[in-house]
Amino acid sequence: MTELLSYGFMQNALMAAVLVSLASGIIGTLVVLKRMVFISGGVAHTAYGGVGLAFYLGINPIFGAVAFSLMASFLMGYVQRKTRQRQDTLIGVMWAIGMAIGIIFADLTPGYKADLMSYLFGSILAVTNTDLLLMLAVDILVISLVALFYKELQATAFDETFARVRNLPVDLLYVILVAMIGLSVVMLMRVVGLIMIIALLTVPAAIGAMYLKNMKHIMWLATGLSLIFTIGGLLISYYFNLSSGATIILVSGVFYLGALALHRFCRRCPE
Amino acid sequence: MTAIESTTQVEIKNLYGGYDHETVLEDINLTIHENDFIGLIGPNGGGKTTLLKIILGLLPYKKGSVLVMGHSPQKGRQHIGYVPQFAIFDSDFPISVYDVVKMGRLSGKRVFQRLTGEDDAIVEEKLAWVDMLDYKNRGIRELSGGQRQRVYIARALATEPELLLLDEPTVSVDFESRTKIYELLHDINRQGVTILMVSHDLNVISSYVKTIGCLNRNLHYHGQKEITEEMLKSGYNCPVELIAHGLPHRVLAEHQEGR
Repeated sequence: MTELLSYGFMQNALMAAVLVSLASGIIGTLVVLKRMVFISGGVAHTAYGGVGLAFYLGINPIFGAVAFSLMASFLMGYVQRKTRQRQDTLIGVMWAIGMAIGIIFADLTPGYKADLMSYLFGSILAVTNTDLLLMLAVDILVISLVALFYKELQATAFDETFARVRNLPVDLLYVILVAMIGLSVVMLMRVVGLIMIIALLTVPAAIGAMYLKNMKHIMWLATGLSLIFTIGGLLISYYFNLSSGATIILVSGVFYLGALALHRFCRRCPE
Repeated sequence: MTAIESTTQVEIKNLYGGYDHETVLEDINLTIHENDFIGLIGPNGGGKTTLLKIILGLLPYKKGSVLVMGHSPQKGRQHIGYVPQFAIFDSDFPISVYDVVKMGRLSGKRVFQRLTGEDDAIVEEKLAWVDMLDYKNRGIRELSGGQRQRVYIARALATEPELLLLDEPTVSVDFESRTKIYELLHDINRQGVTILMVSHDLNVISSYVKTIGCLNRNLHYHGQKEITEEMLKSGYNCPVELIAHGLPHRVLAEHQEGR
């Protein structure tokens, strides 16, 4: 273990685990409570278009991912709020188009493309110092915004109509939230890959929401669980030589099913 | 303020409203005075919720005028305590009773402010009023339908409203809790809060409200407690279907009974 910690890549991975868990715990809680899981999945996959484009243009894929994921967040957020019907269809179509754009640009880019795979499936062991700085920036932004608007975010998640009658800035809060989802998605992409982001964003918060009734507590528990899943998954994948992203997700999946079973088993468990 | 202004809370004139391609409300005229307790009945799809949404500034209207406390609905709604329809809530949402009622203390003007001890005192006071103080630390999902409804009423009261709007307050609530809710509303009204309630539950409504109206595209409301012959005429089918369910006799106007 001590030997393991002496590797630079392992230190980076552990730091990434902490930083990513903060975002997934806090934003994941809002995503789960506000029922925006599908949008988040859509944003994650659309972001791949940005990764492909950035590859083609020869710039850092993270910037492409940020641009596409923010764009997708706003677009899908708009669709979800403004169109009365077929929102899931529209979001699903954007989801696939974004992905397709990424693949086409990857095709058009000559040379070695293995790195593109790391955005699909994640590689926490390949996290660079630049990535860590970006993650830290996103965390600081997310924590400050959520702290600043906590009571309003909770009110709109629970009952948007009432919040509107109280003249809360419901639409502005929604824009802020989708932007935070977009940024968190990019950050989680480095760790578990965009295909599996949806699990790390929802599982910890969903477990928290099963057992707790205070949003702040759910955020903390989700952050803790996310940390356990990422570090646990990372260690298991290291010792058994497995893909880290997939292992992290399987660990969270096992916990989720366990929590669900326990919750069903004793309906009046610790509230 | 003149005397007339101070007693009129909502003034709706020749209102037409509805959704994109569908007019749900036609030529609605309604004046709500301070201390009124109005029950509006009507069939589903008769425009009850639409009317409430327009008063709350949640839905733009097509024609006519709506004044809430002398202002536009968007401005005037800060004086309205709103109790939405039960069904819109996620019944599994993880939140405590106390935190739900505390939402009543939020407002657009206080976004960057912390809530204070005074707010806590108001929340506790309203919880006690609806007889739910003992449940303040419970999760909302652990409560029965009637208990939840009382929590939502407490949340609306926590806004310290002049007017309370309730949308079907007794849907999915058992009979005993229903009586309790109506008695609570009666008490709230006696303490000086105006109430407008829409419901299709005429049987109970009739014994607690001060005046009753019927809404089915058009509004038949003349500030009376009785359902008039005019409301009963065919084409306004709302009271007709209610009669079939056993309308209490005393709600009907005298000349109706004598026939």
